[in-house]
Amino acid sequence: MAEEVLVFGAWGSPFSRRVEMALKLKGIEYKFIEEDLTNKSPSLLKYNPVHKKIPVLVHNGKPVAESLVILEYIDETWKDHPILPKDPYERANARFWAKFIDEKCLSAIFKACWGACWGEEKEHEKAEIEHEKAVKEVSELLQFLENELKEKRYFGGETVGLLDIAANTIGYWLGVFEEASGVELLTREKFPKLCNWANEFVCVTAIKENLPPRDKLIAYFRNRFGAGNASK
Amino acid sequence: MAKNDVKLLGVWASPFVMRARISLNIKSVNYEFLEETVGSKSELLLQSNPVHKKVPVLIHGDKPICESLVIVQYIDEVWTSGPSILSTDHYDRAIQRFWAAYLDDKWFPAMRRIRGAQGEERQELVDQVVEGLALLEEAFGKYSKGKAFFGGDQIGFIDIAFGSLLGWLRVTEKLGEVKLLDEAKTPGLVKWAESFCADTAVKSVMPETEKLIEFSKLLMAKMKGAPPPKN
Repeated sequence: MAEEVLVFGAWGSPFSRRVEMALKLKGIEYKFIEEDLTNKSPSLLKYNPVHKKIPVLVHNGKPVAESLVILEYIDETWKDHPILPKDPYERANARFWAKFIDEKCLSAIFKACWGACWGEEKEHEKAEIEHEKAVKEVSELLQFLENELKEKRYFGGETVGLLDIAANTIGYWLGVFEEASGVELLTREKFPKLCNWANEFVCVTAIKENLPPRDKLIAYFRNRFGAGNASK
Repeated sequence: MAKNDVKLLGVWASPFVMRARISLNIKSVNYEFLEETVGSKSELLLQSNPVHKKVPVLIHGDKPICESLVIVQYIDEVWTSGPSILSTDHYDRAIQRFWAAYLDDKWFPAMRRIRGAQGEERQELVDQVVEGLALLEEAFGKYSKGKAFFGGDQIGFIDIAFGSLLGWLRVTEKLGEVKLLDEAKTPGLVKWAESFCADTAVKSVMPETEKLIEFSKLLMAKMKGAPPPKN
């Protein structure tokens, strides 16, 4: 029986791109279904009734949801180009940092980029203070990642691994958020290793082929969240 | 292995610490439990978990492992001679990881907020939690296949992730004066909860609800800035 692999995703989502990156790395053929997130398909709702979100991987009719769960499933199903190391401690380390990125980094980055224009109008001074706090928080979080990278080419060592893929939000989307909002977060001066890593990351074929067009992405985020904290 | 080769930093009341303890028990691993003092963090904790400064932290040899679900998977992968915690089938493993993530990302955070919430917000949270329990009841029916646990005959990953939260669920029910786990709506889960709490790997590390209630009252008082209630 021919293998059927479907990916339900959205062009601009780092989470669904993660799934595609992993599949591409392993040379797995799949069919991509672009979801309109304002009008979700019955198939998506059927395959992910709990969260009703993308990405969902459907392998021979069986759905897997949650991007990090999907990455591990992909690694365990298709053994070529492993993205998780064999050693349990190193696996634990990769899982820890992937969770760190999803749980802490993204929301802090959003707050730093669009905190001032998020939700209701705030007094200018209060918004300024909150903005500075958010920028400081992002800086602290990025420092942890900078330290974790050490002298490695990738988080995964010599080749791209699960943690590199999970860090796509830092490696590509962060730059987009910065440009869309005008807020500088990942500076070469403070984070030389992370910046080098980001440059290497986006050059890897399987990654490069799965990055949404930068201009389109910048325009999308500018539209959705406004042009950042520039004084009005 | 020498007993002090495996240490666990934790606090008795934490459901996340409990997950690590249950897992070590399942694998019959001897370990040293280092109880943190509530309200202060030891040097060892700050050194071994500089990112989050939280328990649990498993220290194996000199290597620290943090985040409860990461710890449980680590334990499962290192001590392979004991019963498996995660399924051997990779699709089933994905399902198990999915539900554990759901519990930690959606269900438990909603449940924790019930006690501090009021009015419409509170009702919404209760509805979310009850809806979640209906989903978990369905999942239980599907994955247990008539056996006692989500993992079948033995406690597995979902059992540990969910069962560790039962203590705080009961606290919320009692202090929040709300029924969450209902025999009429989720009979499977009610029975499962009994089996879980009676299991040998769980019994010795499941805190008594009364003690958790006292602890919770103390915490709430501290948060509100009031002096702690006199015992």
